[in-house]
Amino acid sequence: MVKRFFILVMLILFGLMILPLLTGVPPATGLNPLAAKYVQDGPQELGAANLVTAIVVTYRGLDTLGEVAVLFIATAGVGFLLRRKKEHAESGTKRPASEILQTGTAFLMPLIFLFGVYIFVHGHLTPGGGFQGGVVIASGVLLLMLANTSARINQTLLHFVESLSGAFYVGIGILGLVLAAGFLDNRFLPLGHFGTLCSAGAIPVIYSLIGLKVGSELVGILENMRGDPL
Amino acid sequence: MTTLIIAVLGFIMIAAAVMAIYSKSLLSAIISAGVISLLASVIYLLLAAPDVAMTEAAIGSGLTTVVFLFAFHKIRRSEEAKNG
Repeated sequence: MVKRFFILVMLILFGLMILPLLTGVPPATGLNPLAAKYVQDGPQELGAANLVTAIVVTYRGLDTLGEVAVLFIATAGVGFLLRRKKEHAESGTKRPASEILQTGTAFLMPLIFLFGVYIFVHGHLTPGGGFQGGVVIASGVLLLMLANTSARINQTLLHFVESLSGAFYVGIGILGLVLAAGFLDNRFLPLGHFGTLCSAGAIPVIYSLIGLKVGSELVGILENMRGDPL
Repeated sequence: MTTLIIAVLGFIMIAAAVMAIYSKSLLSAIISAGVISLLASVIYLLLAAPDVAMTEAAIGSGLTTVVFLFAFHKIRRSEEAKNG
């Protein structure tokens, strides 16, 4: 009872503490100077129709590299923790998936893959990009896992795609450092015509690499989580 | 109008969060955690942030739910092996 009372008092005090945040802060009437600069100069400088992508991949490219590295470490951790059970888990009969799921998967898989590739290739034109496209591809692979319970994913191929795209990502960043203004600068490739597929310099290339990397990492997590007899 | 929709979705999200905590069955707790992410992505879309909405819908309500379900399956199987 006393404990509950204490918790209640603490909650009320905490509420009083954050109350000024709700009432005291004036609402923003315009963009702050940095955001205003991005909005004004971004389209001319980088040639990307989707400003979010221009900021994520170029202005804040180093942060994106960090995010990809965090995801890589998470995948490596999941793989390390769940790997060992391979030897003694061969038994267990798997129930095959239903007819509806198998037929639906065969119909939907190509469309889902195509949609994922579309999202990350058009990252500089429409909403979305490498992360979103990669996740869509991973969910397509998940559907395949559910439909074919005995199918295995080739881990070597996954690791190969993942490391290769990561290495190329960093390589393009260094190329920007050498040929253009800074690390992950996209302007060492021609900017092209604004709003077309082959525009915005290296942004489509970088986002495609991120898409492949994120997709293969998430498929690796799913494959490790699935374990052997499901 | 948009504010009203967002308020309704927010209340449903709070209800789903409470259900995720107090539900007796782990399975329905996982599903309601997925519902929270799905409604959050709808709110992002209404607030004109389609990039974030796509990420939230795909990762939050898709992959995370499935990873939780896989983990749930593993836990249940090891408990069955321990008891039986």
